[in-house]
Amino acid sequence: MSLAELICPAGTPAALRTAVDAGADAVYCGFQDATNARNFPGLNFTPDELRDAVAFAHAKGTKVLLALNTYPPAGKVDLWRQAADTGARIGVDAFIVADMGVADYIARSHPGIRLHLSVQAAASSPEAIRYYCENFGVKRVVLPRILTIPEIRQIRTEIPCEIETFIFGNHGLMVEGRCSLTNYLTGQSTNMDGVCSPASDVEYARHADGSMSSQLAGFTIDRFSPEEKAGYPTICKGRYTAPHRPEGYYAFEEPVSLNLSRLLPELIEAGVHAFKIEGRQRSKSYVRGVVRAFRAAVDDIRAGRQANIADLIALTEGQKQTQGAFETKKWR
Amino acid sequence: MTRLTLGPIAYHWSAERRRDFYARIADEAPVDEVYLGEVICSKRAPFQEADLPEIIDRLERAGKKVILSSLAEVMLKRERKATEDLAAMETPEIEINNAAGLFARGQRPHRIGPFMNAYNEATIAWMAGQSATHICLPAEMPAPAIAVAARAARDLGLGVEVQVFGRASLAVSARCYHARAHGRTKDNCQFVCEADPDGMPLRTRDDRPILRVNGIQTQSESYVDLLPETARLVADGVTHLRLMPQAADMVAVARVFRDRLDGKASADDADARLAGLVGQVGLSNGFYHGAAGYRRIAAATAV
Repeated sequence: MSLAELICPAGTPAALRTAVDAGADAVYCGFQDATNARNFPGLNFTPDELRDAVAFAHAKGTKVLLALNTYPPAGKVDLWRQAADTGARIGVDAFIVADMGVADYIARSHPGIRLHLSVQAAASSPEAIRYYCENFGVKRVVLPRILTIPEIRQIRTEIPCEIETFIFGNHGLMVEGRCSLTNYLTGQSTNMDGVCSPASDVEYARHADGSMSSQLAGFTIDRFSPEEKAGYPTICKGRYTAPHRPEGYYAFEEPVSLNLSRLLPELIEAGVHAFKIEGRQRSKSYVRGVVRAFRAAVDDIRAGRQANIADLIALTEGQKQTQGAFETKKWR
Repeated sequence: MTRLTLGPIAYHWSAERRRDFYARIADEAPVDEVYLGEVICSKRAPFQEADLPEIIDRLERAGKKVILSSLAEVMLKRERKATEDLAAMETPEIEINNAAGLFARGQRPHRIGPFMNAYNEATIAWMAGQSATHICLPAEMPAPAIAVAARAARDLGLGVEVQVFGRASLAVSARCYHARAHGRTKDNCQFVCEADPDGMPLRTRDDRPILRVNGIQTQSESYVDLLPETARLVADGVTHLRLMPQAADMVAVARVFRDRLDGKASADDADARLAGLVGQVGLSNGFYHGAAGYRRIAAATAV
């Protein structure tokens, strides 16, 4: 059986301490700039904050993983190199990377520190994963959220590194690291700037009939009747019309979150080494609740006890949830 | 001299349409290089295989260099096999769009496709060290980054390519959105995407055109148009300009770009000719100017 480490989000120093205290085996975080894929206002760490956070986490036996998982545009590579150097000096336990140039730099400059392959690298086959393992010494791959459990089990037998999968949180629809939807509408890039449907470009417009439009950079991403709760305008969760769908429909996906609670035992059995909880943009209380619940569940499963899955299901109560591609390939 | 290329057809065009299209390209289009092969959906690939040798032959006899492009998404057994088979080919002219292809190709020469995320000089240097001979940059790269990347690639002896016409690829997914729109899944799609040779239009609920669906791919509604920027691209060291096949007269589109590159058409004439070839479709160059991709930045304000 795998170790089933619990990898938890730390958007702020306070969230990091919360996740550590709630039982995270590792936390992941980023600097306050374009070097990570959650480059949101008010989130992330200064170098000084990261140093203190690493000291706090290590004192409690928790690892700290530094996300450097965006793609530097030509001419700005130094920012990513300096971030790696700073992380190495502070003593992070691993770097999470996507760009080959960044991976190559860390493999040569900081060979003693583990490299994890970010979901942003979109490595979805044994061959792609082995490319990064053999060339950069990657020790763990974060799998894209597009694979079924039988596919994960098969990949496990064909790669020399550990597997990490998302189990809870935002359910990204597009292949990560290959999405320019936000840049097309806003001029800020997910890959180069770490930005996705940014709050600075969001507006809600009330219409005379009581309906509400949620807009991103002036584009109506969805429109809600007075009875509906207006959702955040994430491009891939919007409602649009198509020639066959004049009524407006969720062209990509409904606004659901991923919850793989029920599949935990199967994922462990399939050989998944680490479970990732998404949500560096989430509140402390959210992090505390989710991490505690999954900590208890993973401990139960490791000890051969029946996990109390109901507590995990309840975490998304009131929201729509999905097991996405993990459950069935009909999702595709 | 700057070379004009024709990218792989992103859509599921019928065999007949493809044959006719490439026959005209071979006979009439002033493009130097043509990329062939299914890049988006592995289910479509078998429909192309029968005609491929004849199309390659036709294009090569017309003096075009032919490059075979690999799948952007590799997950299923058939996709892994297709990628491995392509990488095993003797020709140096294959374009790789997924790391699985890089793994299979090893140190044998190859081109890097636009899905490989070659955003910077460090990545380009790494790829050159692995025997890449040519890099197509991602569609969303802004001008200053293109200039730095192009210089780095040129110093390493690599060709550098930028898409200058056609819909930009904005995303790929494991899910087929064409099938979804018709209440189906990828496995029982019945190839509904064939009905949309220029992609399936999505409009906002206040009826503004926004995106195009092409199977698992999401594209820009507007056609990228860097015709006004060709001189600067060439000056910055870009060696190849890519036209993506759309449901427009691609021979005429290629002629406009060739004439502009050769100084046989003024900027204004070329712009007017291109505008006349794209019907109601909007043209955009926002990515190049570091703005929202859908935007059209006027030449006067363009740097």
